[in-house]
Amino acid sequence: MTFINYASREINCKIVYYGPGLCGKTTNLQHIYDSTAPQAKGKLISLATDTDRTLFFDFMPLELGTVRGFKTRFHLYTVPGQVFYEASRRLILKGVDGVVFVADSQEERMDANIESLYNLEENLRCHGYDLMKIPYALQLNKRDLPNIVPTSDMVTELQRKGEPVIEAVASSGSGVFDTLKAVAKQVLTELRKT
Amino acid sequence: MAEGPILIREQRYHEIKAVLARLRMDSYARVVVLVEKDGQQIAVHGELGDLDTTSLASLAAGNVAATGGMAKLIGEDEFPTLSHEGKRESIHISVIGRILLVVVFDERSSLGLVKLRSKQVSHELSAVFAAIERESSESDPDGSLPFGEITDEDIESLFSQT
Repeated sequence: MTFINYASREINCKIVYYGPGLCGKTTNLQHIYDSTAPQAKGKLISLATDTDRTLFFDFMPLELGTVRGFKTRFHLYTVPGQVFYEASRRLILKGVDGVVFVADSQEERMDANIESLYNLEENLRCHGYDLMKIPYALQLNKRDLPNIVPTSDMVTELQRKGEPVIEAVASSGSGVFDTLKAVAKQVLTELRKT
Repeated sequence: MAEGPILIREQRYHEIKAVLARLRMDSYARVVVLVEKDGQQIAVHGELGDLDTTSLASLAAGNVAATGGMAKLIGEDEFPTLSHEGKRESIHISVIGRILLVVVFDERSSLGLVKLRSKQVSHELSAVFAAIERESSESDPDGSLPFGEITDEDIESLFSQT
């Protein structure tokens, strides 16, 4: 839920990166962290297992600049992708302002993408949100790999409501900021309604 | 979105800061942070040094959410307080409705004192946050919200600043 503090002239929003295990959610955050000036970011917190799989969440605050005299800060979270971390995933969606779904473009991961997308819709509903109304972007990640599904097929299968679709290679940073921008714009546009 | 934004006006912010300052003094704490249950920091007071209170707020909320999940598994609603005692620094978290009161303290204080003082201010903080929620749900009565006028250019320029 967006927080607007008049005393400190700050807007704080929460964006969650969602998707199946190993799709590149943490890699998205890592790239944003590595490419942002030190004064614009806080620490990147990773609650991960010994094998670097996300256990609970990754978190980083990112300050983009000012709009109408208010500093805008985005709190970026990832969820754990592995199926058995369902309870943790649901907790992290609480209070979300915008969602990025990171899909894995590899053929063998299409079923996992579809399952995770349904899981997202269900977990949003648990908190009273509707995917069709919430700021949302779809990222097609790992476009550099050889065994990928054509973009048009992925869009047919995964696009829900005409949301922005961004092709990405998160490991090299391609498409990462475009994705963030696509969802952040929608979140800020929502503020017009206040 | 399920709910609109939370608007913290200056007067409420200063009311909260005053309560946090008093709590910090009475409990001999190092830092006191008020956090919304979703992880957003509302206000902070104390000897911050290089303490990253944004991350602290996010992790405290994650901690409460995880233990709340465990509470439900064993048939409890939630655990109203959490304490973590370290060798030198400790943390006490009180769940007050939708807000979390996080107190960081060292050997100058004690867990018993922090618990007592936190409990004593919980009603006050709860009342201020209820007022904030009420005001947030009202439509901008004095027309002071500038966000209705946000243009596409404003948003574009935000991204060109990065």
